[in-house]
Amino acid sequence: MESNIEIKAEEINFYYGTKQALKNINLEIYEKQVTALIGPSGCGKSTFIRLLNRMNDLIPHTRVEGKVYFEGQNIFEENVDVVSLRRRVGMVFQKPNPFPKTIFENVSYGLEVNGIRDKKFIEEKIIESLNRAALWKEVKDRLHDSALGLSGGQQQRLCIARCLAVEPHVILFDEPCASLDPISTRSIEELILDLKKYYTIVIVTHNMQQAARISDFTAFLYLGALIEFGLTEKIFTVPKQKMTEEYLTGKFG
Amino acid sequence: MKNKLTQYFGFLLLWISIIPTLFFLGTIIYFICIKGISIISWEFLTEAPRRGMTEGGVAPAIVGTLYLTMGAILFSLPLGLACAIYLCEYSPKGYVVNIIRMSINNLAGVPSVVFGLFGLAVFVKFLGFGVSILSGSLTLGIMVLPQIISASQEALIAVPQSYREASLALGANHWQTIKKIVLPSALPGILTGVILSIGRAAGETAPILFTAATFYTRGYPDSIFSEVMALPYHIYALMTEGTHPEKQTAIAYGCALILMLVVLLMSALAIFLRQRQRSFYGK
Repeated sequence: MESNIEIKAEEINFYYGTKQALKNINLEIYEKQVTALIGPSGCGKSTFIRLLNRMNDLIPHTRVEGKVYFEGQNIFEENVDVVSLRRRVGMVFQKPNPFPKTIFENVSYGLEVNGIRDKKFIEEKIIESLNRAALWKEVKDRLHDSALGLSGGQQQRLCIARCLAVEPHVILFDEPCASLDPISTRSIEELILDLKKYYTIVIVTHNMQQAARISDFTAFLYLGALIEFGLTEKIFTVPKQKMTEEYLTGKFG
Repeated sequence: MKNKLTQYFGFLLLWISIIPTLFFLGTIIYFICIKGISIISWEFLTEAPRRGMTEGGVAPAIVGTLYLTMGAILFSLPLGLACAIYLCEYSPKGYVVNIIRMSINNLAGVPSVVFGLFGLAVFVKFLGFGVSILSGSLTLGIMVLPQIISASQEALIAVPQSYREASLALGANHWQTIKKIVLPSALPGILTGVILSIGRAAGETAPILFTAATFYTRGYPDSIFSEVMALPYHIYALMTEGTHPEKQTAIAYGCALILMLVVLLMSALAIFLRQRQRSFYGK
């Protein structure tokens, strides 16, 4: 599998106050591939993914050491424009969190805050994003209704559409199916496989089967350390580490 | 069985406490209406008092109260909201913020007559605004400021963190997030604070006693530096001064009824805005 490195994390340590949540993590994320982060709760997988768009900046008393290279630059350097970083590295959260606005406004928001005023462009972009998020057919007649009236699965696809509208290069999914039913989960998984054509995807999941179904690479984290990283088919069939094997076969977790 | 009995008595106790509350509210409204309604006429609402307050209407007082209340909200809402935004969204958590919070709570506990004296010293005398709508509005505004701040703060805190995260993750900056996501979501709660403040600002007598109110003006105020008649002060004056107690008492009850209606009307506007916001984004 030939692919360029999109994001490269080097010797990442992360602390909540004095508690160390990530220990010396080195990880490469490949362009237009799906990389899954798995591991038991509290292993640091969410903490890690939230570093990639510097979402952890919002949490007081946290500290990060190490480097994350994205587009040739270490994103923790002082001169990095966090706002533009977040535009290029989008994020979909664990719980669907559409804004209490209309469906239309939810998708146009990202464009507006980035200074786009051209109404025609915005409309086209909304249609394109909703189409890519496989939601257009369901909502095209009620674009101006509140987004809170949608089902959980639809809301999550709206959040994905909202993220696509600002044209990110990378999309981070933080357990996107954790609060969804199996049918909605399936539609999100199919969507992720489709989005892989255009975007680099990192997904945190507590569901091993989900990682096996949709990812190309898998990273297994345990207690803040990266235990194993490699091609998903290898990790799930011939894991190198005993701990990975035990986790995957359900001996702990 | 014993549990059920305990629960039954618990509920009974709660109901026993609710009944007097409803009773007092009911009787207040009932008496004000009964005693005030007979005097109210078109003339009462649209004309100035005549013959030493014993005849005519109270229109200048209604207008004065409207001006003072609106002035107070116009002053305190932007200031209080800005303060709440700073405290909730920008200030680093720590002891400085705790001191600010404590000061705001203490400000809420200051008796209203003290605000009146403060207004007299600062706005009327020191800044030279004189006894005027401006001085009165500012004094009332400072009085309701803590209420506006706490209500706004609570409303801002209640906005789910996930909205903020989603907005920032889309490349919005901090201020865009506050302006476009946080404030609209917090608006119903903020308006609740405004409603309570309207009631308080319209009804207080002490803060305007030395800063804005006068017993009698011939016509309507022509600038923010005019002194004005105001309903609460007019009631006070009618009940304590003058030479025709019976006639004046009737007018006072009429004023009280009008005052309640004015507060209701102004609150209704805020409630309408709040409902519109809620019903669309509904929870």
